Amino acid sequence: MKVRVQSAAFDFGAEANAFAAGRKDAGAVVTFTGIVRDLARGDLDRMEIEHYPGMTEKAIEAIARQAQERWALKDVLVIHRHGVLEPGDMIMMVATAAPHRVDAFAAAEFLMDYLKSRAPFWKKEVTANGAQWVESRDEDEAALTRWSE
Amino acid sequence: MIDVMYFAWVRERIGLPKEKVETEAATVAELVDELKAREERYAAAFADTTALRVAVDQELTDFDAPLAGVREVAFFPPMTGG
Repeated sequence: MKVRVQSAAFDFGAEANAFAAGRKDAGAVVTFTGIVRDLARGDLDRMEIEHYPGMTEKAIEAIARQAQERWALKDVLVIHRHGVLEPGDMIMMVATAAPHRVDAFAAAEFLMDYLKSRAPFWKKEVTANGAQWVESRDEDEAALTRWSE
Repeated sequence: MIDVMYFAWVRERIGLPKEKVETEAATVAELVDELKAREERYAAAFADTTALRVAVDQELTDFDAPLAGVREVAFFPPMTGG
């Protein structure tokens, strides 16, 4: 399991290749990348992502461990950025490796659902007209309940 | 002495990211009551604790969590990662 919390950009292709390369134990690798989306008005200047150093890494590792307990995974990678990002920048990625694709897909979705509302990150959208903290959505919380059914 | 930390709009409303607090509070909720009694900016930040989350020693928990032996308490809005 690898967890990285960083302000620097990451090379998605290189990360995905390094994660998948040389695996003989896993028949399936699933990756997901989150990208800073512009606002509907097209006026997002930047997104500022705050986090809780120390807790962030622990929380993500705990989520990744839960995924490993739940599915037959050979490996998990999570990279999540903080700091100032622009529309189109990659915020984060997850990769899962498993013998079979069903487990790799499910674990990747699980990781995404939990990272959204259980990892201590806060996004602020900044436009020429001011800044606003992104509010959590009820759907994000509801997404977690399906994993406890 | 406990390190109390604030993130996102809680940090902005209170006006600082971190402070040391001398407290006899037995629970997080009691600590919140002490902070609210200090100044208007704390009262404003903690006006609706259902809009807040709390971590004790970097683990998410509830407002009735005990504070005995605790080093760090953090208050913040619901998280928006991913």
